[in-house]
Amino acid sequence: MSDIVRPYGDTSGDGMVQVSFTLPIPHDKRAEGAAAQLAAKMGIEPALVVHAKAIGPSYTFFVVYGPVHHLVDLREVAVVEREFAMLSAKEVDSAIKTRLGRPLVVVGACIGTDAHTVGIDAILNVKGFAGEKGLEAYAQLHVVNLGAQVLVPDLVDRALAERADAVLVSQVVTQRDAHLLNTREMAAAFREACPAGEVPLLVVGGPRFDEGAAGALGVDRVFGRGTSPAEVASYLVHALVNEGAAR
Amino acid sequence: MSTGPGAPLLQLDPRAVARARQLAARAGRPIVELAQAHTTASVERATLRLAGLSGADHERVPWVNHLVDAVRDGVGLEQCVCAPAFDAIRRGEATDLLDLAQRASSRSVQLRQPSGRDRSAALTLARRSIGTGIKRIDRNRATRDRLVARLGDPPSRPWIYLIVATGDIYEDMPQAQAAARGGADVVAVIRSTGQSLLDYVPEGATREGYAGTYATQENFRLMRAALDDVSKEVGRYVRLTNYASGLCMPEIATLAGLERLDMMLNDSMYGILFRDINPVRTFVDQRFSRQIHARAGIIINTGEDNYLTTADAVEAAHTVTVSQLLNEYFAKEAGLADWQLGLGHAFEINPDVPQSFRLEVAHALLARTLFPDAPLKWMPPTKHMTGDIFRGYLLDGFFNLVGGLTGQGILLVGMMTEAVVTPWLSDRDLALQNVRYALDAGRGLVEDFHPPVDGFIQQRSRQVLAEAIELLDRIVDDTLLEAIADGTFGLMRRPADAGKGLDGVVRKDDGYANPAVELLEPDLAEPALLEGAG
Repeated sequence: MSDIVRPYGDTSGDGMVQVSFTLPIPHDKRAEGAAAQLAAKMGIEPALVVHAKAIGPSYTFFVVYGPVHHLVDLREVAVVEREFAMLSAKEVDSAIKTRLGRPLVVVGACIGTDAHTVGIDAILNVKGFAGEKGLEAYAQLHVVNLGAQVLVPDLVDRALAERADAVLVSQVVTQRDAHLLNTREMAAAFREACPAGEVPLLVVGGPRFDEGAAGALGVDRVFGRGTSPAEVASYLVHALVNEGAAR
Repeated sequence: MSTGPGAPLLQLDPRAVARARQLAARAGRPIVELAQAHTTASVERATLRLAGLSGADHERVPWVNHLVDAVRDGVGLEQCVCAPAFDAIRRGEATDLLDLAQRASSRSVQLRQPSGRDRSAALTLARRSIGTGIKRIDRNRATRDRLVARLGDPPSRPWIYLIVATGDIYEDMPQAQAAARGGADVVAVIRSTGQSLLDYVPEGATREGYAGTYATQENFRLMRAALDDVSKEVGRYVRLTNYASGLCMPEIATLAGLERLDMMLNDSMYGILFRDINPVRTFVDQRFSRQIHARAGIIINTGEDNYLTTADAVEAAHTVTVSQLLNEYFAKEAGLADWQLGLGHAFEINPDVPQSFRLEVAHALLARTLFPDAPLKWMPPTKHMTGDIFRGYLLDGFFNLVGGLTGQGILLVGMMTEAVVTPWLSDRDLALQNVRYALDAGRGLVEDFHPPVDGFIQQRSRQVLAEAIELLDRIVDDTLLEAIADGTFGLMRRPADAGKGLDGVVRKDDGYANPAVELLEPDLAEPALLEGAG
């Protein structure tokens, strides 16, 4: 496979893409020309404005098709590759049992005003996600799910009371970057409440997080969209239990 | 059994339906008694709002909070805020409620629990002030009736319900008007996400909110005026919705009545399950707020859709039915009529489940059949909206079709960008096209649609009803509070002695006398109220 690729419509190398957008102008001939101009500036040329529709008197919605002249160089793609081995539930349990000799304590919550427990429940609840059981189903994981809209100080108190090894926080609401602000607040609160080296492993997850942002957010690991409970469990073993683990 | 035109689409056993309602009443009755035996800080503050107290200090702490806190610290709320407050005014400690609240905020006022004639006189004064607020609610209801008569209701059901949520009331107003022009019959201004956990109602017009706009009296007034303008333009009365939930539920309900809002989200258990608000606080607040809604002619919307976002929509289908029955019982007990019950349910079955569409039709028809006179609130898919907007658009189309086919009352417009962004202008426009296409293309389809006796749809609806009855049976034995504590609904475990707002719950003593409660519950014996503590 070549390292240089273009989008694929129905013929190799055709570069075809589709985009849709709204311009704040009334729908007329000029508007369609404006849409084609924008598409050209995005690298789509020749642009085919296949659909234009007025939304009220002063906006127009467009659908545009065309070949994009940009190329993708796969050698320059940067992503966070999984830095740990995927383990089965049995392997997770046996690693904790033999190396740690006690169950790993995990406290989970949705913090701030976020009431969307879908994410944290998918990871923690026995029921799990897409047929894969959640962390509660692991014999060697002691899971405390605090649910929705947990205040950061309450989360810290509870995590300390439970002697949590890891704290899992889910953030779905992203308006005005609430997920980032809440995560930083949470990380700062733990660093304030715990002596250095005794801060639990801090893990956040949610569909709009950038997996490369852990350092900037002050947490140990960020999980993005599509993360499975097994991935989280494997990571916990990697970070907390395996020889050479950070703590 | 007949399946000809006019025959019910589901043939539920009328004995099973009656049994389900009886069980809901039995499960609900102890909760009503619990609600009657308690008051809350927010009920007392709502009472003062009815009596005309509004505004806030320079730190934006409302005067109603100051006065209720002062009475609570001084003499307690066990007999209601009214007698001590109006007694202080009678004794010349302050000229009116506002003056009293200001003095109370600096604790420079002597409060006492009056008795005998002083108490009767204070309560007479309180009744007069509160009566003014109730009259304003009554006048607003008459105004709505007049506007609906003049401008008209939406031409057909379901009413189309759109959400506006910019955080800035001055941005919300033109967006709401644009939504009305685009076909919305009901505009909901979603609240700032943090508001449900605030133990006070913010004041004034607000321009800052997270994922929504604060519910304030001034925001209510501004938005209702904006919709009155656009109602004239589009030739139909466009309804306004907000959220009577969270720690200030009774106050928000009161403000809604005072500013002529038309619908309010008002679930009996939502705050408990999804906001971790104390169960007793919620049930007490809920009852008072529903009495206000009943008086104000407001349609409530209940939140059963939420159960399906946390639990599996097939396995938990019967919990929706149970919650609908409980919401119906609590609503009617508080004086709401069938036309005011926007009982909720949702299209949340995993689309990968075989025959998911048939299951959705069965569940929607079950709700329709159980509550034939209620304007059911039909909620779009959210849980299985993955970011694949194309698939999401199709899912919304199926949702809209079921809404039309099964005669839902209020249809919340689904967005293909659910879980991706707050809706763009084009998302709303596409979503409304989707709704119009599905409703118009399928209009009248119900005439041709008769699920066969003992076919899949009929059997599934009977099965859900049977499971609901089984669960209600367990709840009656176990008590509803225990069921909530055990995680029966939405898989949330919420014990009665925990949760936010518990410290605002007060057990009434025999001398409790609140003229607002008396005016909202006309069958209460008046003399007992007045002389209880005499």
